[in-house]
Amino acid sequence: MDDKQLIARRVAKELKDGDVVNLGIGLPTLVSNYIPEGIEITLQSENGFLGMGPAAPEGEEDCYLVNAGGIHVTINPGGAFFDSAESFLIIRGGHVDATVLGALEVDEKGNLANWMVPGKMVPGMGGAMDLVTGAKRVIVAMNHTAKGNHKILKECTLPLTAVNAVDLIVTEMGVMEVTDKGIVLKEINPAFTVEEVQAATGATLIIAEDLKQMEV
Amino acid sequence: MKNKLITIEQAADMVHDGMTIMIGGFLGCRNPYQIVDALVAKGVKNLTLIANDSSFPEVGIGKLIVNKQVKKLIASHVGTNKETGNQMNSGEMEVELVPQGTLAERVRAAGAGLGGVLTPTGLGTVVAEGKDIINVDGKDYLLEKALKADLAIIVGAKVDKKGNVRYAKATRNFNPLMATAADIVIVEADEVVEVGEIDPDDVMTPGIFIDYIVDVGGSN
Repeated sequence: MDDKQLIARRVAKELKDGDVVNLGIGLPTLVSNYIPEGIEITLQSENGFLGMGPAAPEGEEDCYLVNAGGIHVTINPGGAFFDSAESFLIIRGGHVDATVLGALEVDEKGNLANWMVPGKMVPGMGGAMDLVTGAKRVIVAMNHTAKGNHKILKECTLPLTAVNAVDLIVTEMGVMEVTDKGIVLKEINPAFTVEEVQAATGATLIIAEDLKQMEV
Repeated sequence: MKNKLITIEQAADMVHDGMTIMIGGFLGCRNPYQIVDALVAKGVKNLTLIANDSSFPEVGIGKLIVNKQVKKLIASHVGTNKETGNQMNSGEMEVELVPQGTLAERVRAAGAGLGGVLTPTGLGTVVAEGKDIINVDGKDYLLEKALKADLAIIVGAKVDKKGNVRYAKATRNFNPLMATAADIVIVEADEVVEVGEIDPDDVMTPGIFIDYIVDVGGSN
């Protein structure tokens, strides 16, 4: 199993039956492939619907139905469409149980940077700032480092998406919870040692007393 | 009853150089393609464009950017149109990036007669720069001001001749909000029906908000 699938599968275990969930573009989208048996979640799409289903089969794309990434998708029975104000009322008003998104940087205060690299990449924040501000739980799903460079830091260097917003970080190396005391390593991929995970992290990790093995 | 039906060309002729316009749609799904194409052909310039995003270079409002008709863009996402980034970096076009939920609320506020909204989104980020922070019962919020336009161009799947609009699926997005927040509102309709053919229960934007209807007859 490659890193992305491993991360997505682990994130999926965080979701509870009945949760309303918003998945970001890219890796987070894969989470929907690993929802455990017996758990039913409702996916929210920023552009205005609940009950998002899988991508539309080729030849059955509906020109009126795309997800927030512009990809043709489907809607499940029991779904609902609405406008952008209601969509963000759902998001900002705390009616989304969990949002899963990628990051360029996360720091030990739970600050998140994932929307721009000055002078290089300025795509805009889209709905990300509202999502991380309003969702009850913010889960960052990403590779632990970027080409060897730290992404989990003592303090973010890039422009922030939100302050003190991240609750959980899931990478191919482990599962980390952001707490008032700092970042706690709760699960570790058995392919790595604690020292290796620490070396790949720009903040000092607190090692959970009951550190568990991450399923791989 | 006022005849609200106009042609694509008549719609395009209502847009003048230097106007502030809102255009509905989300990543090109679905912009008012036909009216936008007419605006591209007409070459109206120095527009301030308010939209969720700048679409793709070859789709819908993305073409207005590529054709350099926009002086200022107010949007939440521009990453799918390289030309937006190019003109932003060269200084040819001013781009104000607004969190998507804030953009929706700013437009809604204008339509609702409010001066703005208080939101926690953007606190502690560059979005907060230069804006008032207001504390309500111990919690900080950003004051985001209402956003209105001279003209809005929206899309409707089914529109009756009074202008009552029913949207389809994920194409509702900013359209109902923009319909309330501009001096002139034009709807590009996939289907125009007689008054009474849309059940009042199904009307999503009441016809009082719509000034003109362009019937594109499902040609999208």
